[in-house]
Amino acid sequence: MSKNTRALITGIGLVSSLGIGVDAHRKKLSQGSIIPITEMIEGVSYPVHPLCNIDYEQQIPRRGDRRQMGDWQLLGTFAAGLALEDAGLAADGDAKSRTHLLVAAGTGVRDQESDQAIINQVVNLPNDGPLLNQLLMDTLRPTLFLTQLANLLAGNISIVHGVTGSSSSLMGAEMAGVSVVENAVNRIQSGDADLFLVGGSFVASPDHLLSLIAMKLAWKGEFLPISQREAKGGGALFGSVGAFLLIESSAHAEARGATAYAAIREVNSGNGVNRSIREVVKRLMGTGATDRLLVMSGATGIEPQTSEEKLVLEYLGIAVKDLQVRSYSNILGLSSEAHFPAGVALAAIAAHHAEPYVPFDISEFEQPTNEVADQMLVTTSGQWRGAGAALLDRIE
Amino acid sequence: MASTKLDHKKRPIVVVTGMGIVTALGTGKQDNWSALTAGRSGIDRIKRFATDNLRTKIAGQINFIDNGEYCASTMCYNLAVLAVEEAITQSAIGSRTDFPGPLFCAVPPFEVEWPLRIKVAHAYSGSNAPSENLFASLAASAEAGDWRDEFTNAQRESVAERLADTFSVRGQPISVSTACASGASAIHFGVEAIRRGECDAALCVGSDASVNPEAIVRFSLLSALTTRNDPPQAASRPFSRDRDGFVMGEGSAALIVESLQSATARGANILGVLQGCGQRADSFHRTRSNPDGAAIISALTNAFNDAGLAPSEIDYINPHGTGTPENDKMEYISLLEVFGDNLKDVPVSSNKSMIGHTLSAAGAIEAVFSLLTIQNGTLPPTINYNIPDPEILLDVVPNKSRNKQVERVLSNSFGFGGQNISLVLCAEPV
Repeated sequence: MSKNTRALITGIGLVSSLGIGVDAHRKKLSQGSIIPITEMIEGVSYPVHPLCNIDYEQQIPRRGDRRQMGDWQLLGTFAAGLALEDAGLAADGDAKSRTHLLVAAGTGVRDQESDQAIINQVVNLPNDGPLLNQLLMDTLRPTLFLTQLANLLAGNISIVHGVTGSSSSLMGAEMAGVSVVENAVNRIQSGDADLFLVGGSFVASPDHLLSLIAMKLAWKGEFLPISQREAKGGGALFGSVGAFLLIESSAHAEARGATAYAAIREVNSGNGVNRSIREVVKRLMGTGATDRLLVMSGATGIEPQTSEEKLVLEYLGIAVKDLQVRSYSNILGLSSEAHFPAGVALAAIAAHHAEPYVPFDISEFEQPTNEVADQMLVTTSGQWRGAGAALLDRIE
Repeated sequence: MASTKLDHKKRPIVVVTGMGIVTALGTGKQDNWSALTAGRSGIDRIKRFATDNLRTKIAGQINFIDNGEYCASTMCYNLAVLAVEEAITQSAIGSRTDFPGPLFCAVPPFEVEWPLRIKVAHAYSGSNAPSENLFASLAASAEAGDWRDEFTNAQRESVAERLADTFSVRGQPISVSTACASGASAIHFGVEAIRRGECDAALCVGSDASVNPEAIVRFSLLSALTTRNDPPQAASRPFSRDRDGFVMGEGSAALIVESLQSATARGANILGVLQGCGQRADSFHRTRSNPDGAAIISALTNAFNDAGLAPSEIDYINPHGTGTPENDKMEYISLLEVFGDNLKDVPVSSNKSMIGHTLSAAGAIEAVFSLLTIQNGTLPPTINYNIPDPEILLDVVPNKSRNKQVERVLSNSFGFGGQNISLVLCAEPV
C-alpha cells in the first residue's frame, strides 16, 4: 500500500451536551473544571447526557426536509453541515459532488406514542397476529419508516447538503464509527479519492436505552465518573452526539489552501481474529510512537472493556515519557455511532489549537498539563464486540 | 508476468473463486439455477404469520429451512451460513471454520421486533399493575429478566459478528446498509480492499429475511408493494405495463472475491472477474430518483470507467428491475442514455420476477446469478411478461430462458436514500 498521501482533518462538525461546534467544545474543555451534564430519562433512574438546544434551521433550512427526519437524522445532518462549513466547502458544489459520504448509521428512534398504543392493546393477546397487523396498519405512518431506515441519514445529507460522490452507510454502533474513519483514511492514502465526509449521530432515546438495560450494560442511578464505576459493577450512560469529519487528501487540501486540524496516520480495528483494544493499540503504536502522547480514551464504563483499557493505559504510561489521558466518554457519554468520530474530533481540536484540555475524569491517569502532545491516540471499544483506535499527528 | 495480474488502472485484478446462494427457489447454486432457468416462481402465500388485515399477503419466503421462532437476525444468520459454507467449499480457500480475510456483510437494519417487545411488556404486565409510561414498564421488565441474547441478536452488527465468529474472518466485520443496494455495496467494499492490497481475499455476503408484518406495513405505506395476491406466482412483473410494485423476498448469497494473483498461485478455479464497480449518490428525493436519471447514469458511467469497458461491450444486463412503476421506468431511461440505440439488442432480464426483491441481499444474489449466467450460457427469463410497457423497449428475455453465451454482464442495484451502484462482471479479465 502506498502511503504517499496524507489524510488530513480539514473540517469538524461536533454537537453534544456541551454545545455546538468546535469553539464551544474547545472553550468548555480547556478552562476551569468540567462538570458533565446529565439528566434522568423520564420515568426511570437511568441518566443520559442530553442533547443541547439546537436550531436545526441553521443547517437544514427547508421545513419540508426537517419534517422528513427523525431526531438522529436531524442531528447528523446538522453536524454534517457544520463540518462542511468548517472545512470551507459548504458553498462549493463541485467539491461536494466529489465528496464521498461514509456514515456510521444506527436505526432511528421509534415513535414511543405509537408503540405504546399498540402495546397496550396486544400485551395480553400476544398471539393475535391479525390484531397486531390491523394496529400496525392504523398506527404507522410512511415517514416513520424513513426516519428509521439506517441509510437515510446519508440520504438526508445528500439531499440537504448536496454531497453526492458516493454514499455508504455502515452499521454496528461504536465499531461502525471506527470503520467509516478507517475506510476514508485507507482510501485517501491509496490515492483512490480526495474528499470524505464521515461520521455519525446518536440520540440517547428510550428505545436505545432499553437495549442497553436488557444487555446489562447500562449505568443506573446518579452519575459517577467512569473511573469509579468498576467497583460498582460498571456500566455506561448514553450521550447524544453528532460528529462529522471532513477528511481530505493533503494534496487536495494544499491546492485549495485549506487549514488542517491534524493528520490521521492510521486507524486500526484489528487485523486478525483477536480484536481486543490491547491488540489494536499494539499494532498502531508500532507505527512510530512519540514521547508526548495524548490518549483520547473512549472507554465507557462497560466491563470488561474499561478494565482492559486501563491495562493499556498503564502500559503506555511506562512506554511513553509524557503521557496525557482524557476520557471523553466521561463528558460525552457513550454515543454509539458518533462515539469514535467525536473522540477523533476532540483530539484534532486539541492538536490544532495547541491548547491542552483540563482533566475529564478524576482518575490517576488524568493530570492537568501545559504540554501540547505531538501525537494523539483515540480509542474506542464496542459495547459488546470489537475495538478500534486512531493515531493522529499534530501539524506544526 | 506479474503485470498481467493488474487491471487497466494498475490495480490487482479481482476474481470470484467461490459462490453460495439460498433463495425462495432453494438452497445452493444448482437448485437455484435450474429453477431460475425453468422460469419457476418462488413467490407464494405467506405462511409464517397471519396476513389478515394486510394488503399484501405474498412473498418469496424461505420455508424449507427450520429457523425456529422467527427473528430477522437469526434467520439472516442461518441463511448466510448456508451461502458462505457453499462459497468456501467451492473456493477451497482456508477451511470451513477459518476464512483468511475480512467480511463485508450486507444486512437489513435490525431492531427489536414486535414479538420480543410484546414478550418484554407481557413479562411486566403479568406481575404488575398497568403503567402509564410504556418505557418505564419495559425498562423494569428488561432489568428483571435475562433478555441478553434476544437483545444482542437485535443489534445491527449481530449477524456480521456471529458470522465472523463462525468463520474466523480477519479484522473487524463490516455491516453494510445502503438499503436495496447493500449487497452490491458489500461486494464493492471487498473489491476495493483487495485493490488496495489490504487482503488477498474477502468474503462478501448479502442476507435478508425481513418478511414480517411491520416490514410489510412499512413498504405498503410507501405503496412500494404489489397487492396482486392471486396467484402469487404471477405478482412480480418487472417491465410489464401492468406492474404495480415489488414482492418482498428472502435469501442470501456469498461471494469469495480474491486477487487474481492469489487465486492463480493456489490453483483456484476462477468463476469470473469483478471488472468494475461504480457508485453515485442522488440528492433528489428520499425514495425517488431524479427524473433526469443523472445519478443512475453517473453510477453506470463510473462502473464502465472503473472496468475499462465501453457500454457497447456489454452482452447482458441483470437489472435492478423491481417491478415498481418508478424503478423500471427510471432504470430504462438511464440505460437508454448510456447504451443509446444498442440497448434494444442487449438482453435484460429480472431475477426478481421469480425470487422477489431480496432487499439487502439482492445485489449479492444477483451478482451470483450474473456469474452463473456467464458460466452456463443461459439467460434466465423475466417471467409474467405478458403486457409489454410501450415506454420500455427492452429485450427482457420474456417468460422463457434463452441459450446465449455472454462474457460481460452489468448488474444494477438501487436503493432508497439515493443509492445507485453498478457492477461489471466478466468471464475473463479485460
